[in-house]
Amino acid sequence: MRPVYAVSGGVSKFAKARPDKTFQAVLKEAYDYAIDDLGLDFPTFTALVDGAVASYFSDHFTRQLMAGIMAQDYLGLCPKPGHRVEGGGATGGLCFQEAWKAIASGHMDICLAYGFETMSHVETWKGNEFIALASDVSWDYPVGGFYSGYYAMMVTRHMKEFGTTVEQMANVSVKNHINAYHNPYAQKRNRYTIQDVREAPMVAWPLTRLDICVMSDGAAATILASEAGLEKLRKAGASVADPLVRVSGIGRGTDAMRLSDRPHVDYETFIRDYATGQEKDDDETLSYYKKLWDHGTRYPGVHSFRAGRTAGNMAYKQAGITDPLHELDFVELHDAYTSSEIQTYEDLGLCRYGEGGPFAASGKAHMPGVDYGMKLPEKPICPVNPSGGLIACGHPVGATGLMQAVFAIWQLQGTIKKHFDDTKLQVKDAKRGAIHSHAGTGTYVTVTILEREE
Amino acid sequence: MAKFPKQRPETLGGYIVHGVPFPVETDPDSLAFLKRMTPLQIEQDYSITYLHSYGQDSPWFAAASNKHLLATQEADSGYTYATPRGHDMYSGEETRWIDITDRPAKIHAFTVCFFGSEEFLPETPYVLALIEFEDVNTLFLTRVLGLDPQAASLDWIGMPVEPKFLRNSKLKPTDVYFVPA
Repeated sequence: MRPVYAVSGGVSKFAKARPDKTFQAVLKEAYDYAIDDLGLDFPTFTALVDGAVASYFSDHFTRQLMAGIMAQDYLGLCPKPGHRVEGGGATGGLCFQEAWKAIASGHMDICLAYGFETMSHVETWKGNEFIALASDVSWDYPVGGFYSGYYAMMVTRHMKEFGTTVEQMANVSVKNHINAYHNPYAQKRNRYTIQDVREAPMVAWPLTRLDICVMSDGAAATILASEAGLEKLRKAGASVADPLVRVSGIGRGTDAMRLSDRPHVDYETFIRDYATGQEKDDDETLSYYKKLWDHGTRYPGVHSFRAGRTAGNMAYKQAGITDPLHELDFVELHDAYTSSEIQTYEDLGLCRYGEGGPFAASGKAHMPGVDYGMKLPEKPICPVNPSGGLIACGHPVGATGLMQAVFAIWQLQGTIKKHFDDTKLQVKDAKRGAIHSHAGTGTYVTVTILEREE
Repeated sequence: MAKFPKQRPETLGGYIVHGVPFPVETDPDSLAFLKRMTPLQIEQDYSITYLHSYGQDSPWFAAASNKHLLATQEADSGYTYATPRGHDMYSGEETRWIDITDRPAKIHAFTVCFFGSEEFLPETPYVLALIEFEDVNTLFLTRVLGLDPQAASLDWIGMPVEPKFLRNSKLKPTDVYFVPA
């Protein structure tokens, strides 16, 4: 496979509603930004790009089938190749990886990955209903289909199993909201305290409104290229950012649609099929896990996402990562819920299963130099969601995974100041980062590693 | 101290307006001004009745309407699905029906939904739970009644429960629900 570079990106301002423009025109804001950041004009880039992949989740929200082709034609990309991908909340991550495949395989030299969602066209409760249709409509939806309810059930099990607390979850909300305070693209730029999070209206016990991301309108676009594609861009006058950002690993995993169908495997199966290399090689960790299993823990059950663990292990293997906490400079992960950020720390091997709660409150995943209004016991090691994540940036589903890619590209280019007009969220000397996109109750998960070329 | 809302809920609906402001003349200045217009938004209704088939899972609903709780089982391994599957996900073999109405059951995980999808808003707050059964490998999503939604506690996990059935079946998975045993 050929090396693939992520050369540019753009994000529209995420907002509760964007009635001022249709979804195509909102998308064009992100697309124009990505082209402009390369120093090219629209016709020049249009002539160079080989094709595109479209990302949007729901046909219900727009009441429009084939919205992808409407975006493709609005961007002036017809008759070039294009197709839509869809995989719930992971749609953006899948889209980015599909564009990667187009380049890595030699099928294209320059490929656009774009995504959008307009969730404001229905009232919130109807939106919740649409999202809940991404659960089994025979068995799950009719019982009280509500995604916040599904995630709340998962976290009550996590709390019971591992002692995770609501205050640890609230730490995630405080961190991500305060990070987003410095991100002009974010929908919610507020400073909250743990008390604010716990006193917010209860949505699904124990998750409050501030434990949960919001619905949004928004779009994002990224441009990927091969070495030949870089040459074409440069010849056309593009100022491709130096250092380059290379996509060094991709991974994907899946799990059963119904939470109820998830397996509960024994210790030996967990170690053989799911433990990270780092976990397998550490006697103390093996002993720790043995104790968990002796006390009744089974994997993944409903407290963990084996799709996320599978995707992470696959991406780390390709990128040569053995110690993710210390070998990744940042992670942008799918924090639709504070609880799922904690669950994902564990899936991605940033800490061991069962230790996500203390990890959230430790400070290891916080940004250095940002005032969170509280004393954190440990220094930052690997900032998680320096952008503010879904909880604060918003979650226009089809755009979300690509928004993560754009912020990762800017982190690795060292250009956060240019794009945010604020240096606070620039991870110093960022060399390698991960983006994590997650669907349903953990049904499709993608992990992609991006690295700065030395 | 309780927090009170500072914002009225937004709803659709309202007056029907005839006539929309628009420049009297379509001279270049007036047309250029259109770029500064706020957007027009209209309401569109969308309603569909589906004829949904439960397919191979249909016997479960027939059983529930007759006050039996069924599960499916792979004959060789004995792997048992509380939420039925027509085929086993490990062997690929067709499963058989078994009756688990009287199996000991307990709450595996739960939540209390204070908000929800539009369809279920009138039913809030309700307790949603995953139930585990003795010698059954997978779980079952259901509602639990008989618990105080305002007094949610992790102690509910592990609580023994038993199934109850609607007298007038709706042919939905909610024909069965659980109560503390």
